[in-house]
Amino acid sequence: MGEKSGASTNGLPGSQHPVIAELFQRFGAARIQYQETLGAVPTVWVSRQDATAVLRYLRQAPKPYSMLLDLHGVDERLRRNRAGMPAADFTVFYHLLSIERNSDVRIKVALAANDLQLPTVTGIWPNANWYEREVWDLFGIEFKGHPHLVRLLMPRTWQGHPLRKDYPARATEFDPFTLDNAKQDLEQESLRFVPEEWGMARGTAHADYMFLNLGPNHPSAHGAFRIVLQLDGEEIVDCVPDIGYHHRGAEKMAERQSWHSYIPYTDRIDYLGGVMNNLAYVMAVEQLAGIQVPDRVKTIRIMMSEFFRITSHLLFLGTYIQDVGGMSPIFFIFTDRMKAYDVIEAITGGRMHPAWFRIGGVAHDLPEGWDKLVRDFVEWMPKRLDEYDKAALRNGILRSRTIGVAKYNSAQAIEWGVTGPGLRATGVDYDLRKARPYGGWENFEFEVPVANNGDAYDRAVLRLEEMRQSVKIIRQCLENMPAGPYKADHPLTTPPPKERTLADIETLISHFVGVSWGPVMPAGEACQLIEATKGINSYYLTSDAATMSYRTRIRTPSFPHLQQIPSVIRGGLVADLIAYLASIDFVMADVDR
Amino acid sequence: MNLLPLPDLLAVGAAIGRAVVLLLIVVLFAAYLSFIERRVLALWQDRYGPNRVGPFGIWQLPADVIKMLFKEDWIPPFADRLTFIIAPVIAMSALFISFVIVPVSPTWGVSDMNIGILFFMAMAGLTVYAVLFSGWSSNSKYALLGSLRSAAQTVSYEVFMGLSLMGVVAQTGSFNMRDIVEAQQGMWFIVPQFLGFVTFLMAAIAVTHRSPFDLPEAEQELGAGYHTEYAGMKWAMFFVGEYVGIVVVSALLTALFLGGWYGPGPEWLAGFWFSIKTLFFVMLFILLRAALPRPRYDHLMAAGWMVCLPLTLLNLLVTGAVLLMQ
Repeated sequence: MGEKSGASTNGLPGSQHPVIAELFQRFGAARIQYQETLGAVPTVWVSRQDATAVLRYLRQAPKPYSMLLDLHGVDERLRRNRAGMPAADFTVFYHLLSIERNSDVRIKVALAANDLQLPTVTGIWPNANWYEREVWDLFGIEFKGHPHLVRLLMPRTWQGHPLRKDYPARATEFDPFTLDNAKQDLEQESLRFVPEEWGMARGTAHADYMFLNLGPNHPSAHGAFRIVLQLDGEEIVDCVPDIGYHHRGAEKMAERQSWHSYIPYTDRIDYLGGVMNNLAYVMAVEQLAGIQVPDRVKTIRIMMSEFFRITSHLLFLGTYIQDVGGMSPIFFIFTDRMKAYDVIEAITGGRMHPAWFRIGGVAHDLPEGWDKLVRDFVEWMPKRLDEYDKAALRNGILRSRTIGVAKYNSAQAIEWGVTGPGLRATGVDYDLRKARPYGGWENFEFEVPVANNGDAYDRAVLRLEEMRQSVKIIRQCLENMPAGPYKADHPLTTPPPKERTLADIETLISHFVGVSWGPVMPAGEACQLIEATKGINSYYLTSDAATMSYRTRIRTPSFPHLQQIPSVIRGGLVADLIAYLASIDFVMADVDR
Repeated sequence: MNLLPLPDLLAVGAAIGRAVVLLLIVVLFAAYLSFIERRVLALWQDRYGPNRVGPFGIWQLPADVIKMLFKEDWIPPFADRLTFIIAPVIAMSALFISFVIVPVSPTWGVSDMNIGILFFMAMAGLTVYAVLFSGWSSNSKYALLGSLRSAAQTVSYEVFMGLSLMGVVAQTGSFNMRDIVEAQQGMWFIVPQFLGFVTFLMAAIAVTHRSPFDLPEAEQELGAGYHTEYAGMKWAMFFVGEYVGIVVVSALLTALFLGGWYGPGPEWLAGFWFSIKTLFFVMLFILLRAALPRPRYDHLMAAGWMVCLPLTLLNLLVTGAVLLMQ
């Protein structure tokens, strides 16, 4: 890329990244301001006037950045360490991913508090729709030209924009909550679906459509998720997914928890992913701190993460079969999950939410006899997977319910931000563990299963194969577990290794500060992408040299997967929607955060 | 007053007594089936099922009944009251009444109607009203979708259900169930009428709304389908009605295709053989539910019209040809 970029921009900070060099050349170095970050994502600032042109260019460039991986905001008003950044009260950032280049880039746009608006990018990436609604909802930033800019996570009746720094984070800072009849009626009225608002007709010349609320309480909605269907008989003419019923403000909570005490919150983002959530978070914090973890830590983390990939996929498989009407396999699958959780419990002490990874290591060393438990599990699991394949996935009725149902191709998957098994089922071989190995996965031998039809059936078969690969990885961990410490020897490791605490004063002080106030992470930005159970999960952390995060942005895979639903299911039947929802494998906690 | 002579009076009394006993057995067994199904399903699914109330959980049913009786008899304010109440009554009684045509042993049976099978068809035709009425009167979208599915399902299985039995009727030369059972003394009809048996079995599952043909109440799709708005005893009538349906169609399958009460051993074992064969079908129904996913309703309709209907017609043609040649 050095050759490609012009002599004028060669040597500018940032031009070591091919994409930044490309932008320098295209738009001139004056209009592109590079920002150093601690993470691997090249970051540049552009002005609001240039934003659309830059984004459109990246979308259409040779080997385009076809996926809008993330879009969100930051309230910059209280941030002290802003050296090298343009003045801004608020920032909107776009995180783009190119699968062909296997690279990503972050574009930031600075906004002033008295002029909080910028043009929409829904015309460039369709999945910008929900992201922009969320930014409007939580920051009050307006996107001009957005088709329907209304609140997404908070109720329509909500006052204020919660992620702003002047919005309190604690319930005790508000008046006590009351709900009288008038207010209740108002809230209920605000939940009534108005088809015209979404550009939907109430009927044709000959017949009325039925508008059906599927959820927020429905056996197949997999949590508190509402999807409003416009039905002609049982055919889905159109639909509107409605989320936010599971919103807990996880990103806001991160701003008042110490770096260490936020770990248990991450377990509950994708609540089936357990320590897999910890992984993305602690790896991002370790980037901030500059911690290199020992090999034993890496291997233990990989082993436990793959355990959770298996338990999550098992639950997927059971509910998937149940949603198409097969009632028995889920009971057997829960037996398998119990076996996995027994191993997890013996090692971590917790089952679904162990919160076991630590900044710079893991909470304890592996217990004595762990190898026998793990060996029993890896020998038990593959036979059971073969059984599910034979008894359920090869069943003729199940195949007729799912083959060719809710089909989308690679291009559609990418433009809607689909990652994980949902993307690989369309034939795109993109698994971060292989594409850009992190945390030690490069040392393991496994395959990335890929399917070609992109339908509800392929997504299930692919996950079954992924479980086999996870078992393979766990087996390698078992046989090649390195010796060594389970925590990095670094002052910001939390809690720090205890051995030298009482031996010298420096260690004692840093230990005391780390476990009382919490560690102070150096100012900067870090971002870690991982291949989580359901797709790409990332934590984008901004530190302002404090004991707490300045901004924690959690990109979850389930969010864009739900946004894609209407484009896939139009023209299908209600029964197809159920099979489709089951094949997405989402959890609402992962969507709403 | 013109009383009948005493022996006749006794005979009438005995017939009534038997009828009452038989129907009581059917309804009690059907009610207990809810418990049996839960235990048997649990056995097949590696878990316990209800085993807390009494030894092996056998008092689960009385406990459930007591709970059900004490529930508020609630009718949603938006429902159409009369139709809403009639629906569960039809659900429970339509198939139950058709048990009267089933001969259980050479001497036991409620009624020897010479239009036996036709009577069953008429009653089976009525069951759809239970679902239609409940879906319509509930004034609820999920219930309505359930009853729409039921109507679609009914038109696709009713036709071939009737035709699937015509082979048996042709071979016997009678609609009377007792004649049909007696015609199987040499060979059970499952052998010469195998196609008829398979198609009737499918129709029988569909008429009872059992999995895998439980689309009108597909819980993963429609919540509880047509009985979403029901609670308490009215819901229980739907529930028991489903089990009564299983018992009745199992008994019919036994009488029509498995030689009814015929079996090895002395004649007084007739009732035993009949019960065992019926139980076999009941278990088959439960096992099917444990084993199979649910097809999409348009696939089910396609299977009815494109596969089962031609098969039954073929069966009828072949049976007719064979009879004519004899």
